[in-house]
Amino acid sequence: MSAQASRAAATKPAVIVKSGAAGAAVFPGSDSRKYNYFEPKGRKATHYEDMTVDVQPDPERYLLQDWIISFPDGTPTYSKDWTAAKSSNWHKFRAVDQEWERTHYQRQSTICGMVQNTIENGRKSGAPTRFDPAWVKILQNHLGAYKHAEFGLGTSTMQAQRYGYTQMVNNAILTNSSYKLRFAQDITLYLSEIGLDLPGFDIAVGKKHWLEDPIWQGVRKSVESVMGSNDYLEQYFATNVVFEPLVGELFRSGFLMQAASAQNDFITPAVVSAAEADYERNLANTVELFHILGTDPTHGAQNLALFNKWLAKHADLALDAANHLQPIWSQPRVKVAAFADALAHAKNRIKGIGAELGLTVPANLAS
Amino acid sequence: MTASLTLNKITAQKGISIAEAANRVADLGWTPSYVQEAMTFPTDYKISKTPRDPMKQVLRSYFPMQEEKDNRVYGALDAALRGDMFRNVEPRWVEWMKLFLAIIPFPEISAARSMAMVGRLAPGEELRTGFTMQMVDEFRHSTIQMNLKKWYMENYIDPAGFDITEAAFGKCYATTIGRQFAEGFLTGDAITAANVYLTVVAETAFTNTLFVAMPSEAARNGDYALPTVFLSVQSDESRHIGNGHSMLMAMINDPSNHQLLERDLKYAFWQNHAIVDAAIGTFIEYGTTNRDKNKESYAELWHRWIYEDYYRTYMLPLEKYGIKIHHDDVAAAWDRIVKKNYVHKTAQFFTVGWSVNFWRIEAQTERDFEWFEHKYPGWYAEFGDFWKWHAKLSVPGETNILFNSEVGYSYPHRCWSCMVPCLIREDFVCDEVDGKIYTYCSEGCRWTHKVAFAAEYEGRATPAMGRFSGRREWEDCYHGWDVADAIKDLGFVRPDGKTMIAQPHLRFDAKDMWTLDDVRGHTLGSPLRGFRALSPAEREVATAEYRRGFKINPCN
Repeated sequence: MSAQASRAAATKPAVIVKSGAAGAAVFPGSDSRKYNYFEPKGRKATHYEDMTVDVQPDPERYLLQDWIISFPDGTPTYSKDWTAAKSSNWHKFRAVDQEWERTHYQRQSTICGMVQNTIENGRKSGAPTRFDPAWVKILQNHLGAYKHAEFGLGTSTMQAQRYGYTQMVNNAILTNSSYKLRFAQDITLYLSEIGLDLPGFDIAVGKKHWLEDPIWQGVRKSVESVMGSNDYLEQYFATNVVFEPLVGELFRSGFLMQAASAQNDFITPAVVSAAEADYERNLANTVELFHILGTDPTHGAQNLALFNKWLAKHADLALDAANHLQPIWSQPRVKVAAFADALAHAKNRIKGIGAELGLTVPANLAS
Repeated sequence: MTASLTLNKITAQKGISIAEAANRVADLGWTPSYVQEAMTFPTDYKISKTPRDPMKQVLRSYFPMQEEKDNRVYGALDAALRGDMFRNVEPRWVEWMKLFLAIIPFPEISAARSMAMVGRLAPGEELRTGFTMQMVDEFRHSTIQMNLKKWYMENYIDPAGFDITEAAFGKCYATTIGRQFAEGFLTGDAITAANVYLTVVAETAFTNTLFVAMPSEAARNGDYALPTVFLSVQSDESRHIGNGHSMLMAMINDPSNHQLLERDLKYAFWQNHAIVDAAIGTFIEYGTTNRDKNKESYAELWHRWIYEDYYRTYMLPLEKYGIKIHHDDVAAAWDRIVKKNYVHKTAQFFTVGWSVNFWRIEAQTERDFEWFEHKYPGWYAEFGDFWKWHAKLSVPGETNILFNSEVGYSYPHRCWSCMVPCLIREDFVCDEVDGKIYTYCSEGCRWTHKVAFAAEYEGRATPAMGRFSGRREWEDCYHGWDVADAIKDLGFVRPDGKTMIAQPHLRFDAKDMWTLDDVRGHTLGSPLRGFRALSPAEREVATAEYRRGFKINPCN
């Protein structure tokens, strides 16, 4: 068509479309209504994938001009060198929990409501005053100490979410951090509130135990070792593959949730249960990521050797931390949970996770 | 029941105060003694004072509050569809959202990442809760904006451009400006990036034009979705502004920080001005069909939000701490907007480059001309003919305006700092850095590259400061390419493999749409390569020539 004829056609009133709605006209591309720049994991892209994939670009995925600011040593805005793990495709990972902002706030908000209602209703019925006095001391000293472990892992993952090479990796670590920091605050506020009903309850004592009590020094060392790692994936691995099953779940499920009801306490298990559910999601994401890396066609063997090294290092610390906690199991007046059983369960748990990932579980965890 | 009896009185029980809750949460941190905390991103600043958290909020109240905000947003999106919003929306407006929403989710998530950089720098734990919330807020903003964009893609008449959004973001010559904006949040000196550039300047000053002024214009164009999402986003910004100010106050009492603060306030202001005003000014002034002469122009909005709100009430009070404020830059930015037509020249440039875009730009009309002349006297004499040319050349078969010598437009140099081209010709400068010649849109941008982003500042070592890197001149990536091949390589082609995503009009009819064949036969080139090839004397002549500018030929 000549320019003149085309111009004349273009100005014909008959082709004017007044509506801006989908389907008001048909022309090339008018039905292209899906994000088409990435390969979905399944047959169709999930909403999570649409919200997440490729939002953090990189030179392999569309960054035509490369990163345009660097650190003074030449390291770009995002670098694959921020972990010793290698991948032939950093873009493959998708978070199993499929979280984006809406699902994250819905879940966090539901937990906040559940925890608050339980505490409020419990307090209204005078429940804390019926807690066994020995148990009250345990909550004050040991749950009060444990909240700092959760906070440490929350800040560690908050740090780690800066370093991942893709949006999918970083957002999974970010929600992990958000869950951990919420739970640390949940415990803090819970203890502060029941403290109002319990004469002599001292909220500050928990931190003293965390910093000074020999029972907690192994845990603190273990958490500080996670916080001290310069490899963000080591932080993520050590948190969910090692610390959580060997120490976190051990103390939460293996002690608090089992022992509480026998001490007349129905509130603590409800508060703590949220963290157990958080962990299931964080663990699923972690296993997915490290499984991809461990089975990488090019770097799998090297990655597994690295993960085994991380496992050995952090398992030593975490196992030592767990063993130091043993005296707490003897402190409730009514003893319903045995440390040996809880530790055996924790070891089984880490063995199960290790098997999923193809890791060699160290000998000290095998028995 | 007595009149004074309320449900609250029945159910209330003694609790801890908000301040007490915030204090206890702040006491969760400790100084590690077994293992040192991981190496964080370095800064050249000293932070010895513990910053305070002005918001005193805890996550228990934060998450339900945010969920409620989300419910309102998603409810409003449903309501907009039920009310048939897209039947009445102005396509001129939505087309520009293809560019805006391609850019903005990355800066948002970059801000989330940058919280890792400031989280560990300050002594004490109080502000860490504020940074935590900001991290999750930014995660919210990034994904809520991806959701909005998907929603436009599903419901707007022309989804092309939305469908390639993140790929387009990585490749387009216009989104490169947004990448400079975002990478500045999380690369280089941690305080420069995550505190001064992000929270003190971008969020405190420029989110007002981004997230408040722009949504108002959206509503005037029948788009109720953008305001509902972005005003909700903006409601989080007050927390971020609080974080930024608190951190700033923790550093400002140490005089050894003043030199760096002065550098960074200047750098951050100038870059935000150059980048945000170029983009948002164009969206607001040229994406609208509303020509109500009583509404504020972008220049008037800038005066309200940036000059009055930020400069006069936020920046000037910093002088009492001994900080020298860069008054001249504020005046220069104002002049660039009102006297030197910065926004109009940016819109003109985007339009010249329409064929390598991924959205449509229609011509401004007589009705628009009248409004522009009213708000910016003298506008018609400089830009009227250009827009007439654009209308005339919007028909397939005409020579692409980018290469049409009849128009009289002269393709600009790219600014090495802000990455917006050097559009205000009289302000064009060049300089040598590390033995290479670079071009800049302004003295502020020359200073940014040569002086601010360096290993030393006014004799003081600045080992943490970032550097400019990458292929910063977009045109260099396609130097010597036929424009049709470049468009194909960019992926800015519709599913039929030949019709271009970008169009110079809003005619939704296949016969009016440009294909690759309509633009083939013209070669792209890097202005910088040619400029560098000149001898110093020739460069001086070329610079003088460039500064003289060009005149658009009359369009009959």
